[in-house]
Amino acid sequence: MPKDGGIGASTKRREDVRFLTGKGRYTDDINIRGQAHAWFVRSDVAHGMLNKVDVAAAEAMPGVLKVFTAADFAGVGGIPCGWQVTDRFGKPMLEPKHPVLAEGKVRHVGDPIAVVVAETLEQARDAAEAVEVDITQLTPVLDMKAAIAADAPKVHEEIGSNLCYDWGFVEENKAAVEEAFKNAAHVTTLELVNNRLVANPMEPRVAVGDFDSAGGMHTLYTTSQNPHVIRLLMGAFVLGIPEHKLRVVAPDVGGGFGSKIYHYAEEAIVTYAAKTLNRPVKWTSTRSEAFISDAQGRDHVTKIELALDKDNNFTALRTETYANMGAYLSTFAPSIPTWLHGTLMAGNYRTPLIYVNVKAVFTNTVPVDAYRGAGRPEATFQLERLVDKAARELGVSPVELRRQNFIKPDQFPYQTPVAVVYDTGNYHATMDKLLEISDYAGFEARAAEAKARGKWRGFGVAHYIEACGIAPSNLVGQLGARAGLYESATVRVNATGSLSVFTGSHSHGQGHETSFAQVVAEMIGIDAGQIEIVHGDTSNTPMGMGTYGSRSLAVGGSAIVKATNKIINKAKKIAAHLLEASEADIELKDGKFSVAGTDKSVDWSGVTLAAYVPHNYPLESMEPGLEETAFYDPSNFTYPSGGYGCEVEVDPETGKVEIVAFSAADDFGNIVNPMIVEGQVQGGLAQGIGQALMENCVFDENGQLLSGSFMDYAMPRAEDVPFFKVDHSCVTPCTHNPLGVKGCGEAGAIGSPPAVVNAVIDAFHRAGRTDITHIDMPVSPARVWSALNG
Amino acid sequence: MAKVSMTVNGKSVSGEVEGRTLLSTFLREGLGMTGTHVGCDTSQCGACVVHIDGKAVKSCTTFAQDVAGAEVRTIEGMANADGSLSTIQQAFQDHHGLQCGFCTPGMVMSAAALLADNPKPTEAEVRHHLEGNICRCTGYHNIVKAVLAASGQDVGQIAAE
Repeated sequence: MPKDGGIGASTKRREDVRFLTGKGRYTDDINIRGQAHAWFVRSDVAHGMLNKVDVAAAEAMPGVLKVFTAADFAGVGGIPCGWQVTDRFGKPMLEPKHPVLAEGKVRHVGDPIAVVVAETLEQARDAAEAVEVDITQLTPVLDMKAAIAADAPKVHEEIGSNLCYDWGFVEENKAAVEEAFKNAAHVTTLELVNNRLVANPMEPRVAVGDFDSAGGMHTLYTTSQNPHVIRLLMGAFVLGIPEHKLRVVAPDVGGGFGSKIYHYAEEAIVTYAAKTLNRPVKWTSTRSEAFISDAQGRDHVTKIELALDKDNNFTALRTETYANMGAYLSTFAPSIPTWLHGTLMAGNYRTPLIYVNVKAVFTNTVPVDAYRGAGRPEATFQLERLVDKAARELGVSPVELRRQNFIKPDQFPYQTPVAVVYDTGNYHATMDKLLEISDYAGFEARAAEAKARGKWRGFGVAHYIEACGIAPSNLVGQLGARAGLYESATVRVNATGSLSVFTGSHSHGQGHETSFAQVVAEMIGIDAGQIEIVHGDTSNTPMGMGTYGSRSLAVGGSAIVKATNKIINKAKKIAAHLLEASEADIELKDGKFSVAGTDKSVDWSGVTLAAYVPHNYPLESMEPGLEETAFYDPSNFTYPSGGYGCEVEVDPETGKVEIVAFSAADDFGNIVNPMIVEGQVQGGLAQGIGQALMENCVFDENGQLLSGSFMDYAMPRAEDVPFFKVDHSCVTPCTHNPLGVKGCGEAGAIGSPPAVVNAVIDAFHRAGRTDITHIDMPVSPARVWSALNG
Repeated sequence: MAKVSMTVNGKSVSGEVEGRTLLSTFLREGLGMTGTHVGCDTSQCGACVVHIDGKAVKSCTTFAQDVAGAEVRTIEGMANADGSLSTIQQAFQDHHGLQCGFCTPGMVMSAAALLADNPKPTEAEVRHHLEGNICRCTGYHNIVKAVLAASGQDVGQIAAE
């Protein structure tokens, strides 16, 4: 059994106590003396010419300090995009300006037009009603395929097209893929939609801007997954504030799931307004506002084809995807359907030839960017639905067809035809484990029992590959990233032996304060209670890239390991001096330095005290103190994988699909805190099940959002999901990071949607409805009923 | 503006409120008790649940003036007298029933109300009772487990821990 507080222990989370007693400190809990309140006036049409914004009446209302419009931001930059994709023809993507407030046009419902700042929130809200906005409506651009017709109305006239880019990957393989399809014994084709989702972390976004006029110092408190990234994007590209005059704080953050990665206009606006008005300015999103201003996820329309030879070996794969960008390019939007999607199309299989085409399209909808999984769920869904369809067409078991084509355990490291190299994995093992924990063998009996009750039972499998800890920086730079993707850590050892660990990763539910402390405690051999994890404030943590893409432990944790190793190396030198021994003979175990083969030792606090009270210390060769910083830039992605199994019961009378069991067998490499890992998977599963059965972001023919509240956008509640069977005993450690970890935050949301839909199709086929080969998500009762009843 | 008085976590409090001031706003902005959260504007998410005279109520859809004279209990009033976590709070920590913590106050208040009415609920009863509380992090697995554990039931057979 691992020691509580060390690596491998399900140590209870230290952060829970404050959250359970109402002492969490979220951004909306911050009020600064003298604070004014901001309320946004947003477009209520999807596409239109913005003829006039008259703020005179509003500015005369009680308590109003100022109403800002685009004219007030003439001197600031647009919201920048963090990734430039190059198209099939070698040209950079089209990148229209994203103004902080609408200039001349409105491009989606929710596009911000003006901001009222008043003494109280109620006054700002009342005055917003008095802002006169004159818009001439234009035909909205909504359907992606229609949008790229030459005569389609343009979301951005100045760039001349709604096609952001037409990306081919790997372009050089295109002809060989075509040839393989000509020679195929069987081709399976599937057309599908990956439904648009809204991340909906339970905490809406909040931004509080503050300005110290004496020192020229700006502070932004914001609900962010990556405060340093916001400082960089907003400071350097939008407002022109140097880093040393801009502090960004992301305190307790109530969930993100990707939607709090991006730099949003509201952050720049409150920061700017605080200086203009010399008052702190606070904005808190309502939920309705979040639905039209938070970046959304997915929204792909795909045709995918698989070529097989006569022995059912996969010989080639090709896809054509239309990816919705929405009205503007959000921070990482262009990278999601390309480098986080195309590179995953090999899945767990040995398919030798792959060609992925992605057309990214501007529409008059809310911008789309990464949402839990980001590109990888889209890749996994198409591939795992397609393989299942192929198995049914060929009359073979979906499990066996997968197993036959899996990369074999002895083939790692494995170079895929889509650029990436999987370092480790054992897909046969995770598939076997899945079948065991889901009692696959007992399924037929359960199906028979359900049939007797008038229910159609189905079992669906999916096997996913994920690429986490996106890296290395020099590679992603070549691929168009405009940022590095390293992580940093500073380990500060205090005189009495306690430690403060400053990390560039950000925790918004992941439990870093507990798990990161476990890593350091294990390395030094001290109690985890002596270690404090500090994050979320650019003024005290080193430059960091934040938390997304399941990267925190693999990248941020590795930086902590690196910095802690530097600490240990220096501490050993100090111990060698104190013990009058050679450094090479010093061993650190259980928080004690000893000389190998002797009983001479000094404990951890003896060394740390010597570092800060250096009376007996090699001052001539070493500085006092014990503090180290490290930056870790990964040499490769990490590749978690796993087998997911979903068991459903379909009620043919109503079309309702019930998840009766769900099992997940993941390979996350080494595990630091199993309890936290399981929690991450369970949460991801619920979101994936939500996508598969319930969630759908719907715009009507005018571009109005129909699913704009929690009453209209259906997310799983406690009754919609079962207890989950989660296993992580299959372990092939990552070979290129010091902890051998892979990342677990997104897996649940990646592997579950195809497992659910495959289970529904399985139920149909078992009931004799083999005519139904696909059903788009969300598989709602209405859709099932329609499929069954024509 | 009108004066309103009530008891919150055993203490008499009062403040000036508008007719439209919500109880959640009064607690957060008037009393500085920010443990009660607001996650939506349609009374769906339940992050704002408090107890009013012992009943679980969504404070985001309750006017402060309407609870004049009532006994209000919030997440800040849930710990034991010595400051230690109460049974339900401790169960949430023991079983990892929270991640980001934002829905947690409402979940705890809602679960506590259930256990007061139904000391030994079934899994189905727990899930049904929590229909007015949305959690986006946990997938509910560990929340349901925590509530069952807080009721004194054996949760050892529930997978994954």
